[in-house]
Amino acid sequence: MRPNELINRRTVFQTAIVLVFIILLSQLFYLQVLREDFKKFADSNAFLNRTIYPSRGMIYDRNGKLLVYNRPAYDIIVIMNEIEPFDTLDFCHTIHITKEQYINRIKELKDRRKNPGYSSYTQQILYTQVSAEEYGILQEKLYKFPGFYVQSRTIREYGDSIGAHILGDIGEVNKRDIENDNYYVPGDYSGRSGVEKSYEEVLRGEKGVEIMLRDAHGRLKGRYENGIHDEDAHAGKNIHLSIDSELQRYGELLMKNKTGSIVAIDPETGGILCLVSTPTYNPNLLIGRHRGKNHVELSKDPAKPLFNRALMAQYPPGSTFKPAQSLVFLQEGAITPSTAFYCWGKGGRPACHPHPSPISLIPALATSCNVFPYFALRIVFGNKTKYPTIQDAMNSWRDYMVSMGFGYALGVDLPGEKRGLIPNSRFYDKIYGPNGWKYNTIYSISIGQGEVNLTPIQIANLAAQISNRGWYYPPHIVKEVEEGQLDSIYTHKKHTLIDSKNYEAIIQGMHGAVTEGTCRGAQIDSINVCGKTGTAQNRGEDHSIFMGFAPMEKARIAISVYVENGGFGARWAVPIGGLMMEKYLKGSIPENRKWVEEKMINGIVKTYGF
Amino acid sequence: MGFRKTSVWHNVDWITIVLYLAIVIVGWGCVYSAGYNFDNASIFDIDQRFGKQLIWIGICIITAMALLLIDSDFYQYFSYFIYAIIILILIATIFLAEDVKGSRSWLTLGPLTVQPAEFAKFATALALATFMNSYNFKLFSLQNALASGAIILLPMALILLQKETGSALVFAAFLLVLYREGMSGMILYSGLLAVTIFILSIKFGGVMISGTTSFGEVSIVVLTLLSGIVMLWMYQPTKGKIRILLLKIIAFFALVTFLLVLTPLKISYAIPGYACIAVCALILLYYAFLDKIRDFGLIGLLMACSIAFMFSVNYLFYNVLQPHQRIRIEVLLGLKEDLNGAGYNVNQSKIAIGSGGLTGKGFLNGTQTKLKYVPEQDTDFIFCTVGEEKGFMGVTIVLGLYLALLLRLIALAERQRYAFGRVYGYSVVSILLFHITVNVGMVIGLLPVIGIPLPLLSYGGSSLWAFTILLFIFLSIDAQTKPSY
Repeated sequence: MRPNELINRRTVFQTAIVLVFIILLSQLFYLQVLREDFKKFADSNAFLNRTIYPSRGMIYDRNGKLLVYNRPAYDIIVIMNEIEPFDTLDFCHTIHITKEQYINRIKELKDRRKNPGYSSYTQQILYTQVSAEEYGILQEKLYKFPGFYVQSRTIREYGDSIGAHILGDIGEVNKRDIENDNYYVPGDYSGRSGVEKSYEEVLRGEKGVEIMLRDAHGRLKGRYENGIHDEDAHAGKNIHLSIDSELQRYGELLMKNKTGSIVAIDPETGGILCLVSTPTYNPNLLIGRHRGKNHVELSKDPAKPLFNRALMAQYPPGSTFKPAQSLVFLQEGAITPSTAFYCWGKGGRPACHPHPSPISLIPALATSCNVFPYFALRIVFGNKTKYPTIQDAMNSWRDYMVSMGFGYALGVDLPGEKRGLIPNSRFYDKIYGPNGWKYNTIYSISIGQGEVNLTPIQIANLAAQISNRGWYYPPHIVKEVEEGQLDSIYTHKKHTLIDSKNYEAIIQGMHGAVTEGTCRGAQIDSINVCGKTGTAQNRGEDHSIFMGFAPMEKARIAISVYVENGGFGARWAVPIGGLMMEKYLKGSIPENRKWVEEKMINGIVKTYGF
Repeated sequence: MGFRKTSVWHNVDWITIVLYLAIVIVGWGCVYSAGYNFDNASIFDIDQRFGKQLIWIGICIITAMALLLIDSDFYQYFSYFIYAIIILILIATIFLAEDVKGSRSWLTLGPLTVQPAEFAKFATALALATFMNSYNFKLFSLQNALASGAIILLPMALILLQKETGSALVFAAFLLVLYREGMSGMILYSGLLAVTIFILSIKFGGVMISGTTSFGEVSIVVLTLLSGIVMLWMYQPTKGKIRILLLKIIAFFALVTFLLVLTPLKISYAIPGYACIAVCALILLYYAFLDKIRDFGLIGLLMACSIAFMFSVNYLFYNVLQPHQRIRIEVLLGLKEDLNGAGYNVNQSKIAIGSGGLTGKGFLNGTQTKLKYVPEQDTDFIFCTVGEEKGFMGVTIVLGLYLALLLRLIALAERQRYAFGRVYGYSVVSILLFHITVNVGMVIGLLPVIGIPLPLLSYGGSSLWAFTILLFIFLSIDAQTKPSY
């Protein structure tokens, strides 16, 4: 060994050491400076964003009565690794489940495919929405069940158990909701029907977030930087409905054991005073642990209690359509209030009710003459100078109808409103060919039969615009959103294509119908009531229909009543409409009319098919 | 003598002491940070690890002062005695220690638990230094070489019996000391070659470049031939003839291989390579006997052995290594991804360090370490705390301190007048270097997980105390044998 080689080894040593440190620092430089993803990994390890749920906005009626509020409910929480042997049977008995259910539920929780966030160190929800009574008993026994905790949350409570179709319900969001709106995460609740659905974004408020630190076992170790990055939750806004809950309750009472609907509107504002659809159900069935089961039962019920007839049922309007037609006759100059037609009475075509003949507009409306509109509309359609073809006449007629809110959804702030059907020329061209139809083919539209279909709320809106002499606000259920604004479509008047002077005769006719015609059952002492019956032919017994408003001079309520298979309008719909208006205007039903009220409440109308 | 004792404070190498204190203080900060909890108690609470570590730092400073005051001749006279005592304690530990996670290496002495393996390092260093300092010592004599080897291997074997593989491996660092004292570099190179062959055959043994030939085989053949030629050139630069002969043989076999590739024969293309290595090794051995040149024989043997080793790697890997060791290596080489099992520690530690970025998250703000994602974060994985909270700047400073310490210790070792001081000094350097490289390499995913602490930084009384003793014995020797100016 040469001596200088040993000296060299010192240099080799030093070089090797420096080299090793360079290698180590290079890898550190790569990890810390060049690679970006580790920061993200570390954050997703350590931070758990815990949502703070805002309280959902409450719902009041027009008089400030609380209809929907939040009630505490209790979830049972379990932390698996804290469980010690306990009396399973006692536990299950307390919350009313079987031991098998308990065992299955635990298995489900531990299954990471179904419950990917499972950790035996963290809280898992064993059961949700345990009732207050169960909670009370469990709370006392909780010391016997280590590892089990109770966590409170809020659920909806529908105080008066009325207005199920208006108020709606809330339920867990589904996959599609989450895809459509990134506000939601699985397990969130959102409105599924009614105002709960249509005003979801107002009612739900804004979620807050708490950033928690989570250790390697999934245990929470407090707030990140004492919560300076947290965001507060903002409570949902309260909503005031235009609904009069007393009137709503009364309407549901009157419609007991009948299928149909009552819609009442405040003509001055377009606010809906009541919206009854029967058969109905108790909205409190659709909260809590039993929501799923009850919902299935309701949706399987052949009477379709979940179906909101007031907005979704599309019936032929029958004679309630005649005032709308008469407005067109006057506007088109086809008749004057003194024009009279001969009517052949019963047995002719179209068939008619007994009344004097010839007959002019006002008594024709009061007696619901079928021949008068038939002739009058024939004159409109026959005006060859104005309408060279029947298609032109048809489309003009359609425009009048659309201006009255028919043929399209009115834009009610509730989900599921249907548009009804107002045929236009293309509709008949398609059926009969462009030259295949004439007035006599389609004349039944003049008396609200045939192809025409309206929803009950469109009829109520017709009553409202007649009482206003030519305008309406689109009907709406919400009067006011606290600290918020109503949709502008509800604050913009809509005018029909009819001059307001033409309304007087129609109103007179409808007043006549109440004083001496088909609607005598709707009379109210010392108030001038206007009304119109309807009897819509369909499978089985006719539908009994009433449309009206009161007082005649400046109406405060406009109403439509449908009783499916109720026969003549006067039999069910007229008295029910009268009682509703009287109840709203006077606050109570006088003694001399109590018998009518009782008869209506106790009456049972069998529906076709049951 | 009396005069020299008073001048110890004047002669002692203050640069080393300052570096030592800097590292210890950084270490205490890391232990404090690693143990910091959101509902933490007082800093000086002795129940907490950072409190305990503070007490250990105090003990170490007192020990260091005592060591500096002891006459350096003492270490030389008592070195075999100290070595013998430690060997006895190591043997006793095997039988007395309780089983902690499979290893029997911790002794409980009243309130303390100590790991004798930590103290075996300085004892071995002292014994080796004394032995190599003896009159007439020549590393080239077989007897001396074997005796030196035995001094190192005895504690190593005993620690292996305690199932402390990591601590036992540290004794391999003494090879570096022997190298400095004249051991052939070929031995170090063989070690390096063995590791390379091991990695190549594990990682690429199954990677086929043609139907019957694996990339691992071919690369090992090429590496072996290349090593042989380079060594011949380095160690026997005058024997050009033999070198040229070997190159001709290699060229011939390369041609054979090329022709083999052209034929449709379905045999491994590495076979001519094996034949070539065999021929080269035989020629080298022949000349070794003929010309009495030992290096020829060693190089020939090395070439033959590397191929033999290649064929035994699989056996070693699957039959000798423990399953947990095997999987650590597989994870390191990227053959297995097991982020929840064997790969968890390193993955989390890389996340911790990587998330620190350039400047770190700030003292006590490391989420990976505070929330226990990184296991053993105050002992073996303490470096993560630095990386996460102080970033690349922090780790550069810490590694810079270590590098300065090592280079300073080499300077001190080289200025020793006697082999005793130099050998001991290089032992300190080698042991520290091994610990730092293996520990940091493991934490950043360059080396397999081997549980040894980061010197002076990791939590643990035994480790801190033992490294202090190791270092200050050297400073004491240095201060007292320093040439007086």
